[in-house]
Amino acid sequence: MSKKIKVAIIDYQLSNLFSVQHACNFIGLDAKITSDKKELESVDGIILPGVGAFGDAMDNLKKLDLIQPIKEFISKGKPFMGICLGLQLLFSESQEFGRHQGLDIIKGSVKKFPKINPKNEQVKIPQIGWNTIYKGKKTQSWDKTPFEKISQNEFMYFIHSYFTDPSDQKVILSLTNYSGIEYCSSIMYKNVFATQFHPEKSGPEGIKIYQNWASNISKDL
Amino acid sequence: MKTIRIIPRLDIKGPNLVKGIHLEGLRALGKPEDYAKFYYENGADELLYMDVVASLYNRNSLQDIISITAKEIFIPLTVGGGLRTIDDIKDVLRAGADKVSLNTAAIKNPKLIKEASAIFGCSTIAVTIEAIKQPNGKYMASTDNGREYTGVEVISWAKTVESLGAGEIILTSVDREGTGQGFDTELIKEVVSHVSIPVIAHGGAGKLSHFSEIIEAGADAVSAASILHYNYIKDHTSVVNGVEGNTEFLKNGTTFSKIETTDIPHIKKYLFNLGLSVRYKPNVKKN
Repeated sequence: MSKKIKVAIIDYQLSNLFSVQHACNFIGLDAKITSDKKELESVDGIILPGVGAFGDAMDNLKKLDLIQPIKEFISKGKPFMGICLGLQLLFSESQEFGRHQGLDIIKGSVKKFPKINPKNEQVKIPQIGWNTIYKGKKTQSWDKTPFEKISQNEFMYFIHSYFTDPSDQKVILSLTNYSGIEYCSSIMYKNVFATQFHPEKSGPEGIKIYQNWASNISKDL
Repeated sequence: MKTIRIIPRLDIKGPNLVKGIHLEGLRALGKPEDYAKFYYENGADELLYMDVVASLYNRNSLQDIISITAKEIFIPLTVGGGLRTIDDIKDVLRAGADKVSLNTAAIKNPKLIKEASAIFGCSTIAVTIEAIKQPNGKYMASTDNGREYTGVEVISWAKTVESLGAGEIILTSVDREGTGQGFDTELIKEVVSHVSIPVIAHGGAGKLSHFSEIIEAGADAVSAASILHYNYIKDHTSVVNGVEGNTEFLKNGTTFSKIETTDIPHIKKYLFNLGLSVRYKPNVKKN
């Protein structure tokens, strides 16, 4: 038996991390919830989950002295996965309740869904529920990414009021259309993969995304 | 177009899945985790667990069942029944629930909704409204599975829970619950026209056309129990082994003659073919 892949799920005291941990355990990862920066040195991959407010999340990451360790981990080329707020935190800045600086690993900003869409219709905020993901004309191929063997227009579970707007369209892995607003629902940039939706709440297809991500780690080891 | 969610509802008493009529006369049907896993694998969009006796006994017996299911079921799970305090909510979320549903405690102390949604986020807090139609045509809210009359009128209560920060309303028609006679479309229409948060319709599903009727009336999601549970029992009679009491009526199907039982793929296919948006892919081949 090969050794189990070790993954750290970063706890910055804002979210329910158990479903992420359950998903990791389910596919055979050794996943530990932690807010200790020393633990990050010995793991094979990091998952940054998150529900809650952008500013509070950055404040907590700062207080826990996790920002530098996360950036170092990513700059070493090690596998990193962000989920929901964990995607948004990667960006340069957010407009959530005033301006906030993010981790600035992906250039671009985090914006709130407009109350009115381009067709002048009301938009229900937050988006809660199932919606589809698809490739855009300029977005990357899904081969050899965590979306390998995921069908076009597959349903995933979303719950959010803000969305990411990357400066470089090439980082976009999938798009989603909510109430007539098309936005970036996942990114892939070198070793950094992140989704706006919750794969751990998206049924068997969501679990497949975890499996794909984990199998890329095992290839790297 | 919003994607309509189909949400199996599992009423739980102690270690058992139970089902009644008008939320009363409960019969044990087997282990909830067996049903939950089956529904998950069959395309349920979420699951709803209700501890149906917790309010009576002032206790929460669900936590073990929640943690068992959270380990192998990867769709949102809402849990309700007997949650009275912020700590109760925290316990259920820590056990693995994604959302909670409040009823009795919220009616007694509406501030709990506000407090809970501020701490856990609006999208985590749902409120269940058990509606009973009065002879004068008005809908009044009840608690404790339709046993307690509250004197609170449903429409104004729905508006109040939205303003207090609830993210969702689970709207049960006690009159229709368990009967298979169809959802109360009038009730749903009235409530959805007064709130902008999602409303989950529950109570009365007896055949496929009931689902499209209630979606047309404005429901954002549909919750069902008997129509799914009795179908599962028909094909998996062993699930009722070990259940105490008379289980013959479950195995021979006499108890649900008024309900045309079905499963989630058939409900979704039916809605999909009517042009409604559901999480369903026709003719999917498994590789």
